[in-house]
Amino acid sequence: MAEALLDVRQLSRRFAAVDALKAVNFSVAAGEVHALIGPNGAGKTTFIHHVSGALQPDSGSVHFAGRDVTRLAMHERVRVGMARSYQITNVFLGLSALDNVALAVQGRADAGSSFRFWRPVRQEAALFAEAQDYLVQVGLGNKAGSLAGQLSHGEQRALELAMALATKPQLLLLDEPMAGTGPEESARMVELIEQLARHVTILLVEHDMDAVFRLADRISVLVNGELICTGTPEEVKNDAGVRRAYLGDHL
Amino acid sequence: MAFYQAARWQKAISLALLVAALALPSVLTAFGQEFYIGFATRVLIFALAASSLNLVLGFGGMVSLGHAAFLGAGAYVAAICQQAGINEALIAFPAAMLVAGLFALGVGAISLRTRGVYFIMITLAFAQMAYYLFVSARSWGGDDGLSLSSRMTLAGFSLSEDSALFFAALAALTATMVLFGRLADARFGRTLQAIRENETRTEALGYPVFRYRLVAFALGGAFAGLAGALLANLTGLASPNLLQWTQSGTLLVMVIIGGVGYLYGGVVGAVVLLMLEESLVGVTEHWHIVLGLLLLGVVLFAPKGVAALFGKKHG
Repeated sequence: MAEALLDVRQLSRRFAAVDALKAVNFSVAAGEVHALIGPNGAGKTTFIHHVSGALQPDSGSVHFAGRDVTRLAMHERVRVGMARSYQITNVFLGLSALDNVALAVQGRADAGSSFRFWRPVRQEAALFAEAQDYLVQVGLGNKAGSLAGQLSHGEQRALELAMALATKPQLLLLDEPMAGTGPEESARMVELIEQLARHVTILLVEHDMDAVFRLADRISVLVNGELICTGTPEEVKNDAGVRRAYLGDHL
Repeated sequence: MAFYQAARWQKAISLALLVAALALPSVLTAFGQEFYIGFATRVLIFALAASSLNLVLGFGGMVSLGHAAFLGAGAYVAAICQQAGINEALIAFPAAMLVAGLFALGVGAISLRTRGVYFIMITLAFAQMAYYLFVSARSWGGDDGLSLSSRMTLAGFSLSEDSALFFAALAALTATMVLFGRLADARFGRTLQAIRENETRTEALGYPVFRYRLVAFALGGAFAGLAGALLANLTGLASPNLLQWTQSGTLLVMVIIGGVGYLYGGVVGAVVLLMLEESLVGVTEHWHIVLGLLLLGVVLFAPKGVAALFGKKHG
């Protein structure tokens, strides 16, 4: 296996009487698409929150690109190359699609400081040109001027992805990118993620099993805060524990 | 909400108003109404103070109920400078901004770790602490405050003429509004507004949210300090009452009446509120009732403030 880009060790988190994560060991190899699946309430989103830095674990550590990032704040983790999308669409609804992505480009370390008080952002053509490129990449090239709030749900999901991409991540954390999208939009999203996977490592949390089995190089299964299995799609499909705990007979 | 955008005629209107303001002292003098030059100066100073709060509240989304503390701090710095023999505004005013800004930096560094109602309460608590500090500071006059023996000089010119102080206040307000207008459109302003709209998302794009908020809070404090130093020159007194929470409340009301998050919200609010006070105070001592009704009217019929009636903020 290639060197792990993301390495989560013995991660535990308790909320009141609930053990949300129980000593989870998990790694994502550079270049792979690693899917994290599990029934509702298994702790997938909690896990993503801990990886992205939105929440702090009770114990255990998160390593990224060979560096312990457990104590880094969310914005610092973005700066070292981790970007996330949200399960519930989380974009700036009052801004145009282009402004949304431009804001993401502007936030990047290589775009320079944002403690600039005088020059109007409107004059920074490079910022918007690059933002437009990301919009084109996710298929929103002709929606640049539309307010994010007026885009369809599927387009908002794509916009969210463009914003994550604009931070130039090494690792993309996608929390249910297909959530709430129709079959056509889902298919488009799968294609898009397939394209992205050529350039960036992806940790994908998803309920849509067709998408997961089509995209993932490896799959990990989280049940009640415990990681019960990691392996290739084939191995996971045939794992007796997984079948018992989660997949039932759909596979 | 979207990013701030100047209304279509905003630049033209503000330039016209600036020209009118430049002519105001001579017009008032010609009509023998010199008394109102002092009043107009007060309006300009409060327009500056309210605008500095609007940066914090309207653009930064931070509901501070302690903003008067920075106004008061600026006033005291001016008075203390004079006590120490520094009578030059070019030294005293920047000193007031620096001290008030650093004070705000300290208050912000602690308060900005909280959110919502806790933030309101903690800023209020800091302001009241500062208030009691000045009330008990004997060497600075205790609750009588510290008076200025005369107005300061600005680059050697005396501000003792009412019109001279008026022009100084007008210059300060104009420079501040130009700066705030640029800032709102620049990277910093956009980041600040993005944080106001969606803090988590902005942080997830890699922005150190706390730092941006803190800088905005300190900037707001610094410009409130400038207003305070001007006010001390106008009234000849740095009083602890300037730091009272009621004063912070007045600034908040100005911003709300004028338009939260509109560049000129603070200016419009200060003009409306002070003119109302001035015209009603002679008629009835219960003028606060009218103010209450006006506030109700604004909330019900122009919830975005008076400035919003003149132009849209959204693109």
